[in-house]
Amino acid sequence: MIELKVNGRSHNVSADPDTPLLYVLRDELQLNAAKFGCGLGQCGSCTVLVDGAPTLSCVTPIMLLEGRQITTLEGLGSLEDPGPLQQAFIEEQAAQCGYCIPGMMMRAQALLQRNPHASDAEIRAQLEPNLCRCGTHMRILRAVRRAATLMAGPGTPPATRAPSTAGTQLDAPDTDNDAQGDARRRPARTDKRERPER
Amino acid sequence: MKTVVTRRVVTRLLWVLGFAVAGFLLYAWRSAIPPADPPSADSFDADTIRRGAQLAALGDCATCHTAPGGETFAGGRPLSTPFGTIYSTNITPDLSTGIGRWSRPAFERALREGVDREGEHLYPAFPYDHFTLLNDADSAALYAFMMTRQPVQARTPDNHLAFPLNMRLILAGWKLLFLREGPYESDPTHDEQWNRGAYLANGIGHCGACHTPRNSLGAEIGARHFAGGEAEGWYAYAINSDSQSSEAWNADALHAFLRKGWHEQHGDAHGPMAPVSRNLSSATDSDVQAIAVYVASVMGKRPQAKPTAGDPPNNDTGAAVYTTACASCHDGTKPLPFGGVKLTLSTAASGETATNLINVVLDGLHPPEGTAGAIMPGFSSTLTDGQLESLVSYIRANFGAKPPWTDVESSVREARSRFSD
Repeated sequence: MIELKVNGRSHNVSADPDTPLLYVLRDELQLNAAKFGCGLGQCGSCTVLVDGAPTLSCVTPIMLLEGRQITTLEGLGSLEDPGPLQQAFIEEQAAQCGYCIPGMMMRAQALLQRNPHASDAEIRAQLEPNLCRCGTHMRILRAVRRAATLMAGPGTPPATRAPSTAGTQLDAPDTDNDAQGDARRRPARTDKRERPER
Repeated sequence: MKTVVTRRVVTRLLWVLGFAVAGFLLYAWRSAIPPADPPSADSFDADTIRRGAQLAALGDCATCHTAPGGETFAGGRPLSTPFGTIYSTNITPDLSTGIGRWSRPAFERALREGVDREGEHLYPAFPYDHFTLLNDADSAALYAFMMTRQPVQARTPDNHLAFPLNMRLILAGWKLLFLREGPYESDPTHDEQWNRGAYLANGIGHCGACHTPRNSLGAEIGARHFAGGEAEGWYAYAINSDSQSSEAWNADALHAFLRKGWHEQHGDAHGPMAPVSRNLSSATDSDVQAIAVYVASVMGKRPQAKPTAGDPPNNDTGAAVYTTACASCHDGTKPLPFGGVKLTLSTAASGETATNLINVVLDGLHPPEGTAGAIMPGFSSTLTDGQLESLVSYIRANFGAKPPWTDVESSVREARSRFSD
């Protein structure tokens, strides 16, 4: 018996210690948000949080997780009461087939917990290990930006908050089509560094 | 009476000191080379520019002279050294922030003497102690290539170096001690290909900048050429007869590894070696072949390494972590690309220090954006320090088949500070 703490609740699981966490989540605990993608730790669809850090559950044996805080997408909110990240993904309609989305959301959650004012570049870098085959990347990025805004101030309409979000490159979420929006957010080509030095 | 004598002695000492300072200044002083109008692109012929591009690939120039996410050759990458942080410079031909106003003599002086156009000494983070070996034709080709790149305006941030290291004049003293200027001299006891390889590996390729250990003043220890060094938190393995690889290298394996960043008997080029092999994939094949022949000869032939460790010590935690977290990919039953390299082949397991193994376990392997390469997930979020130490010791004993490392605990602590997420 290994005791796992998942989404704040303790579970005694009977699986072998070398069983990957993903199998235990889905088969024993009926937490089906994390997905089996490649099974090799290469696609990110099985991403969950362990003590707040993104972790590939398909290659993580439960033996390593006793006493650690595991968070799955189910831990961020429910259908009736979605958390800010889930709300943002619904509002931006960021899922197409949806298979990668739980992993994307958990990795984004880890970033926003650590850095609520993550820049566009930081969001892109954070989500880089996770693959999406449908090509909804622009919507996913918009959803993460919206989630940051939602988390920053509950009840504040996102569109009115964007310019005041100091220190970030966040745009107002509802902008033009994806391609233009992206081009406008891209930093200028010239690097403006502080001072000359040989 | 006594005070008069003392005063005389002091006066004499001051004179001597004064002369010494004046002499050093005279020795250290380099004059500026006047700014030149940038040469037009058609003043260089295409073959020269192409040759320069190949040399820049062999020299791995873009790796240091490009900031993360920045424009190629526009500099600004922080290089952390034991002495402080040095930022690479903008080597695009931008007129104000790059080398657009550098004449060819100014460029060659920087390569060979480590002095910039304005007469300032350059820090040896720029490996002019190697580039001094370049012949005239090659330095001219490199100049032609650099001066025909797209100019990018990018100011280089200030270095973070404590006094007196921020005084560039003192570098003249470093050079007096450690810089041996002059072009490569052919070794008549070896053939042309070997000499070509030695010229490239020790010159533009500056292999020793990482693979040769450095002394307390940051200079390579000549007597320990290629005996293994450090680079950016990684250990650059010995590539001489001290090589600890479980399979002996030969010229063919080196050639394949340098070109492709991968060899089935030796695994994957990662850490700071990854960009080197990516650059070498676009260099001239005969040049890479020559480097391989030379390095293989420096390594020499050695009998197949015999395991030198006794029975592996009892290590239940390490064994359990290996079995549950590593074996499903690394047990050698899955074909590439689904399985990882067998750890009995991995120099990370048989190498000199635990650093590289710990780095890879914590951070995994990530091919850079847009390129193909080996992938491994990192385990920094799940392994505790204790589990990691047990795992590393287990892998060392069972697959490296060498006596235990003594630096596991400190290396884990150090690596943790680099890979936190």
